[in-house]
Order: sequence, then structure tokens, then C-alpha cells
Amino acid sequence: MSPPGPPVPRRSYREASARRRLLGVLDPGSFEERLGPAERATSPHLAALGQPVAFDDGVAVGAGALGGRRVLAASQEGAFLGGGVGEVHGAKLAGLLAAALRERPEAVLLLLDTGGVRLQEANAGLVAVSEVMRGVLAARAEGIPVVALVGGGWGCFGGMGIVARCCDAVAMSEEGRLGLSGPDVIEETKGVEELDASDRGLVWRTYGGKHRYLLGEADRLVDDDLDAFRAAAIALAGARRPVDLATLSREHHVLAARLAAHGAAADAAAIWTALGVADPDALALLDADEFLRDVAGTRREAR
Amino acid sequence: MERLELELPSARSAAAGGAPVVVGVVASGNLEVLVERGGTPDRCRFEVSTSVHGFGAVWRAVLEDFAARRAVAGLAFSVNDAGATPAVVTLRLEQAAEEFLGAER
Repeated sequence: MSPPGPPVPRRSYREASARRRLLGVLDPGSFEERLGPAERATSPHLAALGQPVAFDDGVAVGAGALGGRRVLAASQEGAFLGGGVGEVHGAKLAGLLAAALRERPEAVLLLLDTGGVRLQEANAGLVAVSEVMRGVLAARAEGIPVVALVGGGWGCFGGMGIVARCCDAVAMSEEGRLGLSGPDVIEETKGVEELDASDRGLVWRTYGGKHRYLLGEADRLVDDDLDAFRAAAIALAGARRPVDLATLSREHHVLAARLAAHGAAADAAAIWTALGVADPDALALLDADEFLRDVAGTRREAR
Repeated sequence: MERLELELPSARSAAAGGAPVVVGVVASGNLEVLVERGGTPDRCRFEVSTSVHGFGAVWRAVLEDFAARRAVAGLAFSVNDAGATPAVVTLRLEQAAEEFLGAER
């Protein structure tokens, strides 16, 4: 047995900026940004409110290669206003998906890191998110797979949480969280008895990648590592989910069955036990490989 | 928002060309710096947009120090600031110059 070499340092996906994530996920040197920071497509709403703008309005979009395949890709910067979708930000996403219909890339990658609509420009942001949803479905209807990667510090919430689940496939890390209303919103509106947003373990069990994977809502569970997200993106870029009534009906059926089976569960851990996970308390401590080994056979098919 | 525009003398930067580079992010206590070709052969240009009012003299001191220390003539720096301290501003400017000029070495 040869002595183990020094451990290969991981490059955290979560800690990377939006552009670094794109550079790490796409083939080296392949990313060509469109409407980049030098074009100064900034938010007129923030300017009118006297708030600082970002030169790219918090999202980088462009073309690149993924495992040799030509793709279009977008990456949201969570550190700028929580990755909130404003008018320009949303137009860049919707525009990228519209470009996909013309250019017919082999896939579209959405690196999502967002709390949802940017509250400072709520109406324009809401319209933009609905345009992004429509764009995702239009691309998929044309046979262009759309893949979401969720592993940023803000997770993926609000309307963009819906966008993620409108995609053909989702890859997540445990740290990436996916949902509609975030924990703080639920605590604020329903009370702390419903969900204690300061209970990090509860929040991760409820929204985290492992739970999403076990429920079948995430297709890949990966470690917080740029190379792991890249490998997942390559594997999922060919995944297609038909956009048709039969598929939608099946999903509704699965959701109804899930509600019937787990609607009374007070905590995600109770669902995991019901799914047959031997030691639910241990799941949070496992890395992706150990976790996948442990839960093999217990995952539900949500689609 | 407060806007500042300055043109300052500096030593000639290493090389011509280079695609625009952005570093940093507009978040509380942080800033983004966009570097492009701009200015004249012996001067560099700064455009600062900041959420904190009344610190023009501090900005001038930080930018003058940077322009004197680094060879950045012929470059234009555009800044969106969300209340970064002078030390953070200096580090971001250094990072921006490094990434822009480093790529040309």
C-alpha cells in the first residue's frame, strides 16, 4: 500500500463568486460572457432609490462548453442583494433562454443562488421570474435540456425555487437549500411554533440537498465542491423530462401520494425513517458518497 | 449615492489590451471594481459611486496612494461601493490591477 498523498484541496462551490462558479463548472477557458460588467446594464430601479448598483445586476450569462458540448449558462451572484431577481437581472436570464431557442445549445445551465424576487423592484422582478419560467419550459419543449445547480449561500427560494423545479434536472449540495417560502418568511407569517428559523439543523433538514434528494426533487446530491458540481452538470446535461400532460399528471399523482404518506410528519427526520433510512440522525454528518451509499434504495422517484 | 470622478498621474502600466475585469461584489462593507483601458498614457481614471456620503477626501487619499504606488496609467477603474473601509478599497484595487495586468504578463 502506498502512503496516502496530501489530500486534494476542495474548491468550495458555496464560497466561490458567481463567475468563479461558471469558470469551475464549464470547460476551462470556454466561457464567453454576454452583456458583461463593462456593458453596464445596471438596474434603473436601484438607481432611482439611491441604492448601489452592480455592473452586471448580479448575474453573469453567456456561452461555453461543458464536457465538449456547447451550452448556454447563467450564474447568479448571491452576495449582491441576496441574488434577488430584478428587472435587468431577470431579463438577462430570460434573454439567455430565448437565445437557446435560436442557437440550440446542447443544454442550458442555471447556477441559482437567490432568495427570489428582488424586493426593491418587486413588480418588475415578478414579471421577470414568470418570463424565466416560461423560457425554461419553452426551451425544454424544444428538446433543449435545462439543468439547475443549487449550492450557493442563499440557496434557491421564491419564484426561482419554482424555476429550479421547472428544469429537467437539479443538482444540489447539502448546503444548497431549495424551497418556496424560506424559513424566515414562514416563521414571520406562521409563527415560531411552525418553523424556528434559528434552528439551523431543522432548516437544513427541511430545505437541504439531502432531503430534496431523498424526496426525489434533486437528481444529484454532491459535495460542496466545484469539480463535483461540474461532474453532476456533465451527467445531467443530457437528461430530458418530457414536457407533456402525462408527465405532469404523474407528478401530481406522486405529490398526492407523498402528502398522504408524510403529511402528518412533524420533521424531515420522520419522513426519512418512514422511507427506511436506518439512522436518520446520522445523515447530516455524512459526506455525499457516504450518504448516497447509506440511502441507496430509499430514495423516492418524484417524477 | 455620491459620485466622484478623478484623473490621477501614475506610471505607465505594463501592456496594452486585455478584456475588462471585475472583482469584488456590491454587498455591505464591500465593493466591486471594474478595470478597463481608459485615461491617458500618463494618467489613470477613477469613477466612484458610493452609498456613503461625505468621504470624498478619504477616497481621494486612497486613490492617490494607489495611483502613486502602482503603475496603472492608461487604465480606468469604475467602482460601485456599498460602504467599504479604506483598507478593503485598497485591497480590491490591488486585486483588480493584479487580475487585469496579470493576465497580460
